[in-house]
Amino acid sequence: MRHIISVLMENEAGALARVVGLFAQRGYNIESLNVAPTDDQTLSRLTLVTKGEDRVVEQITKHLNKLIEVVKLVDLTEGSHIERELMMVKVRATGAQREEVKRTCDIFRGQIIDVTPTTYTIQVTGNEEKVNAFMDALSGATIMEVVRTGVSGLARGDKTLSL
Amino acid sequence: MTQAAHEPEMLSGGEMLIRSLKDQGVEFIYGYPGGAVLHIYDAIHNQSDVKHILVRHEQAATHMADAYARASGKAGVVLVTSGPGATNAITGIATAYMDSIPMVVITGQVMSHLIGDDAFQETDMMGLSRPIVKHNISVRDPADIPTIVKKAFYIAESGRPGPVVIDIPKDMTMPNEKFPYEYPDRIKMRSYNPVKKGHSGQIRKAVNALLQAKRPIIYSGGGVILGKASKELTQLARQLNYPVTNTLMGLGAFPGTDRQFIGMLGMHGAYEANMTMHNADLILAIGARFDDRVTNNPAKFCPDATIIHIDIDPASISKIIQADIPIVGPVKPVLKEMLEQIEQSKLRVDDEALGLWWEQIEEWRQRHGGRYRSDDSEKMKPQHVIETLCKITNGDAYICSDVGQHQMFAAQYYKYNKPNRWINSGGLGTMGFGLPAAMGVQLNYPDAAVVCVTGEGSIQMNIQELATCKQYQLPVKVLCLNNGYLGMVRQWQDMNYESRYSNSYVDSLPDFVALAEAYGHAGIRIESPDELEAKLTEAMAITDKVVFIDVLIDPDEHVYPMQVPGGSMADMFLSKTERT
Repeated sequence: MRHIISVLMENEAGALARVVGLFAQRGYNIESLNVAPTDDQTLSRLTLVTKGEDRVVEQITKHLNKLIEVVKLVDLTEGSHIERELMMVKVRATGAQREEVKRTCDIFRGQIIDVTPTTYTIQVTGNEEKVNAFMDALSGATIMEVVRTGVSGLARGDKTLSL
Repeated sequence: MTQAAHEPEMLSGGEMLIRSLKDQGVEFIYGYPGGAVLHIYDAIHNQSDVKHILVRHEQAATHMADAYARASGKAGVVLVTSGPGATNAITGIATAYMDSIPMVVITGQVMSHLIGDDAFQETDMMGLSRPIVKHNISVRDPADIPTIVKKAFYIAESGRPGPVVIDIPKDMTMPNEKFPYEYPDRIKMRSYNPVKKGHSGQIRKAVNALLQAKRPIIYSGGGVILGKASKELTQLARQLNYPVTNTLMGLGAFPGTDRQFIGMLGMHGAYEANMTMHNADLILAIGARFDDRVTNNPAKFCPDATIIHIDIDPASISKIIQADIPIVGPVKPVLKEMLEQIEQSKLRVDDEALGLWWEQIEEWRQRHGGRYRSDDSEKMKPQHVIETLCKITNGDAYICSDVGQHQMFAAQYYKYNKPNRWINSGGLGTMGFGLPAAMGVQLNYPDAAVVCVTGEGSIQMNIQELATCKQYQLPVKVLCLNNGYLGMVRQWQDMNYESRYSNSYVDSLPDFVALAEAYGHAGIRIESPDELEAKLTEAMAITDKVVFIDVLIDPDEHVYPMQVPGGSMADMFLSKTERT
């Protein structure tokens, strides 16, 4: 089962290494991970996506909580939540492909953020499923480069992960 | 008081470090100097409150500090230099980590501006130690040193204890750069708040289950000793009249000579302890973590048992064995609350069922499960040596063990009636732990009888510390069960490799008696069972110097019982020819 774990932690050197190290040491799997400071510069917010049995995910959250720099965490997939990921794709845009790629991009409400006579760079945001669907839709095109941020998310409604 | 008294004193980083240790109440630190920590060593030289013990290898410093913590409950302190000093400390840090022992390890580091340049004696101690510490902190501003020291002790000693590393670049300790010194009274951290008590609702559920059990057992571990809850455990057990088994780390938390004590459990646990566990309908696990050396195959673990698990670390609960009633909290207040709730409960222990259960346990106890044959008087049996030691010391010595067969014999045959007396590397199984551990205890408890129970394999892993014993007059007794083999390795080779002794024979052993004498100590060799008691008594009576007691034991002896790999707790080899 896929879980999105969102972690609020002290914005200190080495804190990220502790999280990554924990996953490596205990053989847990990380699908994606991102981290950046929040509105409070002393805090970072880290979102990671992992897959595993409930027992394993329970251990993951317990061990994350044990890290001294972790202030709070939530498994977003336990409640209703919003998740987004940003992807940039550089595709070959020549001949008939130039128009076809543009049409696909429009359907997915992507934006072309860089153009050359032979390439487009497209930005797509959405949940993981949408971003994957866009990649599938591009299967006819020549993909030159892909970069994804990994998932970020938060709970719906009044629920927050804050101090 | 004059106005001047309120003005903070101006100290260098190195001076602040040592002053902080003093203000923390530290009497001894264990270490070894080197380039990156020379400013700190100079600060040590200029005061007399904090005394430094110079070891011969940094690993020994960590074990000394560790054993002090195991005996006293307070964090031990280590000071080593960068690079090889720090890497030599790693084994000791990992040893403490595995057994949740509070320790503060101060490692030197190269100058801040050199970090990352592969400077002389540079090693990434923050990265190296990360997986084997509770926390580590790198000093980036000398002014932070007092707060960092306070924080390190707070983290090391609170919650589930563990080692904390403070990595200090040399430029943080410059003698000419002074800062206002003030040691904080307390530390508050928004990200670290160890739990102070258990959940009352969960405790109520546990008490209900506990009082309705027909075949209960109390399984208690090192957490009871770390949590200083030996008294509460004993009170609970006596009140309920339930049988008690201890883990290797928990020995002494419940009196070893008590009628209700059914021995250590696990891989080399007592027959009756493992049988009682396996057939129980309720297990009250207290500060124990269902280690693989206890459970044997988790899939076959205690099939009928409801499991109540009390632990301060939620990550220990339901990690290996699913708990039916988890209680997260420090053992002492949880047990106190349990006792109160038992008092108030309308339920009463089912005395009839309990009587039948005790009958069954006594029957298991009567069976000669895994005990050695004491009638074989020709050979020196290691078990008999430990029993004799127990007799001579009235079961009241600090026993600091190394790792191997002798460790298991010392766990099985010495009867620990007090907590903090049995000091061994349980989780990591570190050979070389015993001698420095005994030194750490002896230094802090100078009048106590302290015995390092070891083998000729383990002792040679830190034998250089005999010099440290001389320097600081630490009259430990080294009881070496010498069989000329790495006994536990040999046992496994006997059992699983058709006695092909691949590299388990220790050739070219030194003459330990002569070696001890060369270091300025006394040495005694015991070769026959007839002379054992007299010579051991004689050795133990020498209280002003180290006595190395080299006992030549039967090399064919195995540790029994031994759980059958892949089986349940009740599947055991009881001797070379019998199994359950």
